[in-house]
Amino acid sequence: MEVPILKQGDVLIATFQAALSDADLSQLRSGLVQQVVRFRSRGVIVDVTAMDVMDSFASRTLREIAHMIRLRGAETVIVGIQPEVAFAMVQLGLTLEGVATALDLEEGLNYLNQKFKRMK
Amino acid sequence: MTKRESSAEATESKLREEPSELLRELVAHLRQNRTQLREEWVARISETRLLTAMTKEEIFAEATSVYDSYVEALETETFEALQAYARNLSERIIPRGVETHEVVGIVLLLRDVLARSLFAKYQTDFKKLNRILDAYEPAANRIANTVAVGFVQERERVIRQQQEAIRELSTPVLQVRERLLILPIIGVIDPQRARQLTEQLLRGIRTNRAKVVVIDITGVAAMDATVANHLVQTVEASRLLGANVIVTGLSPEIAQTLVTIGIDLGKMNTVGDLQGGIEQAERLLGYKVMALGEAEPN
Repeated sequence: MEVPILKQGDVLIATFQAALSDADLSQLRSGLVQQVVRFRSRGVIVDVTAMDVMDSFASRTLREIAHMIRLRGAETVIVGIQPEVAFAMVQLGLTLEGVATALDLEEGLNYLNQKFKRMK
Repeated sequence: MTKRESSAEATESKLREEPSELLRELVAHLRQNRTQLREEWVARISETRLLTAMTKEEIFAEATSVYDSYVEALETETFEALQAYARNLSERIIPRGVETHEVVGIVLLLRDVLARSLFAKYQTDFKKLNRILDAYEPAANRIANTVAVGFVQERERVIRQQQEAIRELSTPVLQVRERLLILPIIGVIDPQRARQLTEQLLRGIRTNRAKVVVIDITGVAAMDATVANHLVQTVEASRLLGANVIVTGLSPEIAQTLVTIGIDLGKMNTVGDLQGGIEQAERLLGYKVMALGEAEPN
């Protein structure tokens, strides 16, 4: 199942619908990295609210997405990690180091807008 | 041959009947001497300084009902009523600080007082005394057992109830400003409580849409490596939900533990005391707090 990528002003939003296969995740990664330059986006939000399991591949992919997009000149925020998922991830040592996180989509947009304001 | 057999059978059946008959005799004796034996018992109780938490009158009143249920249990050889009474009594006296050894002590005293009175009554007929004691002792022991077990069970129930209450009270997640939560932790943290704290905090972050959380551990004297690790994991999990965690009030011992297990301090935002933690949280949230006099006139 492909992840739709929405464009909202300066920001790209990718929302995970449910559990994704590793192939879908890789596809999302290349899709986002391509589109962020094509649309000249300054921020990317990845919404994982619907994910109730986060394995090591998924969390590594999320980290890679964030780091690659930074290299392409934009910011990434991961939003909507569930409390239980967050604690399970930490116990497995998957802490998404160096990646910005926010409570939900709204918070993620706030975070990016503040960041953009500071850059101006 | 047949004669001897039948006579043996007769003695046997007589013996089989005897315990209940003896018990009946025993109960009659105890009823007859109720006042005297009860007073003797109460005297022995105050002599041995048991039940110091209760007044003399209370002891006498309780002793009377214990005595009557005791005799009733001997008579009917059913222990349900006594069990219920023991539980009820325990419920009343546990909050007043009566200890297990006292309850067991008074029941054993009663047993001794009654046994003495039997010795006195049957001192001339040793065989009869023996038989009476054979009937009396198992029943008396069972009564003592029933009362002691009832007391301990009641105590355990109270302890369980209190543990539950403590667990519920022990993890408040408080909102002090919009998007700012405080989690004061007091007392000993065991792994189970640590887990519960984490769950409540993460849920609290979500429902209050918190951006900053101050975890105050001034009231925690020490924690072992497992719990310290758990604390660090809680901090990281909160970050995944988009909340900043500030830990305040680390005692020297806890600081030592964290250093020993090699915590990456870059991940932990620590401030000396709760006040400093709240001030830093306000800065992070963009608040500026000042006294009214300091505010610039518009």
